[in-house]
Amino acid sequence: MSARALARFLATAVTAIPLCAIAEEAPAPDPYFGEALFHAYQGEFFDALERLDAELAQHYGVDERPLDSLYPYVEDAEFSVGDFELEYRMHLRAGRAIRAVLEGDVDEEVRNDAAYRLARLYFEKSQPGTALSVLDSMRGEIPKAISDEVEFLRANVLMALDRPDDAARVLRRIQDDESLAGFSTYNLGIALLESGRTVDAARELDRAGRIGARDRDTKAIRDKANLVLGTLLFEGDQVERARSTLERVRLEGPFSNQALLRSGWAEAEIEQFERAVVPWSVLAQRDGTDPAVQEAKLALPYAYSRLAVHGRAAVLYQQAVESFEAELAKLDSSIGSIGRGEFLTALEREEIKQDKDWVVRLRRLPDAPETFYLVSLMASHDFQTALQNYLDLTDLRRTLVRAETSLDAFDDLIAQRHTYYEPRLPELDQNFRKLDAKTRLRLTQRDHLRRRLEQMLRDPSPELLATAEEHSQRMALHRMKALLANHPDDPRGEELLARIERLEGLLVWRLESEYHERLTGVNEDLLALEADVDALTARYDAFVRARQAATHSYVGYTDRIQGLRERVKLALAEIDALKSRQGERLEEVATAVLQARRDQLAAYQNQARFAFADSYDRAAKGPAR
Amino acid sequence: MHHHPFSLRGMLARPWISLVVVGLAAQASLAAEPSSGTTRPVQSLDEQVQEIKSDVLSIAAELGNLEEKLLYPSDTQLAVFVALAKDETVEIDSARISLDGKLVAHHIYSFKELEALAKGGVQRLHTANVSTGGHQLEVAIAGRRGGDKPFEVIERYDFRKDVGPRKVAVRLAGSATSGATVTIEDW
Repeated sequence: MSARALARFLATAVTAIPLCAIAEEAPAPDPYFGEALFHAYQGEFFDALERLDAELAQHYGVDERPLDSLYPYVEDAEFSVGDFELEYRMHLRAGRAIRAVLEGDVDEEVRNDAAYRLARLYFEKSQPGTALSVLDSMRGEIPKAISDEVEFLRANVLMALDRPDDAARVLRRIQDDESLAGFSTYNLGIALLESGRTVDAARELDRAGRIGARDRDTKAIRDKANLVLGTLLFEGDQVERARSTLERVRLEGPFSNQALLRSGWAEAEIEQFERAVVPWSVLAQRDGTDPAVQEAKLALPYAYSRLAVHGRAAVLYQQAVESFEAELAKLDSSIGSIGRGEFLTALEREEIKQDKDWVVRLRRLPDAPETFYLVSLMASHDFQTALQNYLDLTDLRRTLVRAETSLDAFDDLIAQRHTYYEPRLPELDQNFRKLDAKTRLRLTQRDHLRRRLEQMLRDPSPELLATAEEHSQRMALHRMKALLANHPDDPRGEELLARIERLEGLLVWRLESEYHERLTGVNEDLLALEADVDALTARYDAFVRARQAATHSYVGYTDRIQGLRERVKLALAEIDALKSRQGERLEEVATAVLQARRDQLAAYQNQARFAFADSYDRAAKGPAR
Repeated sequence: MHHHPFSLRGMLARPWISLVVVGLAAQASLAAEPSSGTTRPVQSLDEQVQEIKSDVLSIAAELGNLEEKLLYPSDTQLAVFVALAKDETVEIDSARISLDGKLVAHHIYSFKELEALAKGGVQRLHTANVSTGGHQLEVAIAGRRGGDKPFEVIERYDFRKDVGPRKVAVRLAGSATSGATVTIEDW
């Protein structure tokens, strides 16, 4: 698990849990498993689940599973199903799937892997006690790839259980793990801080704040460590160190605004208002929707007023009042827009989901004032849950509407096939029955010949291989012999009998002497016949298959399609109801968040107005500066 | 006037949870989360959403099964899959598939699809019905490799379709001479 994924996992219920190790290491050897991964890697977890569910169902349905291409990877596939379900926010099903692995006949390593995933799930669903008991149930060999992650999770669970000392002990053991660099040290600092060991905490946060970082998330955690440490030092009256620590926070990072704000306050706290002006001036020029920026707009003239530069202070206070006015208008517009249901409409725009920065894109949508404060909204866990569910329901609805279209198309297809085949099949069947009878007769004849040939091999009978002419000659001689026997007194009888017998002998001689040659010939003929019969049988079978396929292409679907149509209809009704409730919830949370921001901003504006009046008076009375 | 600047305690109210800003939005700040006292309804609604997801997945599975039976019955089914060799830096721009001389599929790759292929995903590029007997598949892959060097590889594959589904793998790997090699084989 990458630190980035880990950070996300720790952060929120909307987790990014990595796909199973095998899937990341090698192309899946089963094409359908690979196809599921192809969708999963693109974030299309519904499609991934649909494919993999189908593939697993098919695998469990085959008679000889070891011959199925999925067989060696079935455990990975099962784990992937659990991962996809988690990614698709189906925690109930994921939990059931993982528990099934735990209860199954699997080796220790697999069981421990499953236990880790289950513990992660419980932790994520705010059940740290259960998560800890699952972690404690792990026995024997823990897969090397996850051993540090297990401990990292244990530390988080202990923190959630308000046991920071125990968490710190666990975190100390995994300080050398590179994949957790920054994160484990930062968390150790926080655990120590929660234990009241401020000096130790500062040391660890300082380490986390100096870590070499290449990726975005490690840089962000380094910034955060510096921000927390700077605040800690500031509260401990170590202003100089606080200043240098806060200066380590990158100016373009996600914590930059907070760092600039706090740097200013650190300077202000020791009456260094000239220095406080520097970070606050930078900050006051930034995005006016950010709370830190709004505070800076008020803090900056405050610093000038403390420097007795009242004219400048009055101007800046006036600008702050105007800026807050504009922001309040935006907020009012946003709150009004949400009330009119326009926020939900904006969320359903397809184009916002084309890339991973869709939140940012959403903010730039024209005619959607409600999205100006979206980043503030995204900080609320309730909002995120409600938003994800709302977007998922929107997608599910689209899927079902597409399903309805498909079912209509299937109905059409079936009707057309019915119209095409119904008038043709009876005549076709009648002809087929005749052909079938002839084919069967020929097959019977072939079988009879084969049996006779086999019999001749065992018991040679040359007369059976006589040609038709020879056969008729033999019969003629036979008749002549019988005729002669009826005239015993015929004077030529003896001579004729001798001639007949000579001719008979000649025939017998020919049959006997040519027997093997004739037998070979017959055998060759039979083999050729066999080949012809095989070809005939293949065509016959192909016809039977095609005939069956014709029937299967339109018969027996009505009930299934009808059943599916009803299920789709019910599901659509349920989705509409859920979507409506979820939408209301989303609007409620969004309105509450925006209202809180509005109240804060209104208070700032009041402060700015009073301060403006005060500065204006002082500027008017005092010498110009 | 006086601003209360900030406090560590407030900042650490949800030290672990606040990491959310790292993953979700680079522009997010450490703004304190508004507290919500109404978590329960969200969770129960959340569970209902999970249930409907299960239902729709099951509907989609049955629909997929029905579609396969109606459109690609197993006796005549041909499926063509595309996979990249491990650790390949080859970037595919497009893939064209012709069956018995007729163009049947032409796909332009998105960045997300390329990433998914590079991680080991397998793309089902084409599903068709073909009769039993001999056929020829032609795969043309255009792309770039190593410093945007463009290439196009064309590979043909003669195969005999028997009764039952046929799975064909198109595997792409890097090549020092031609940019890339395409191997077509049974899966």
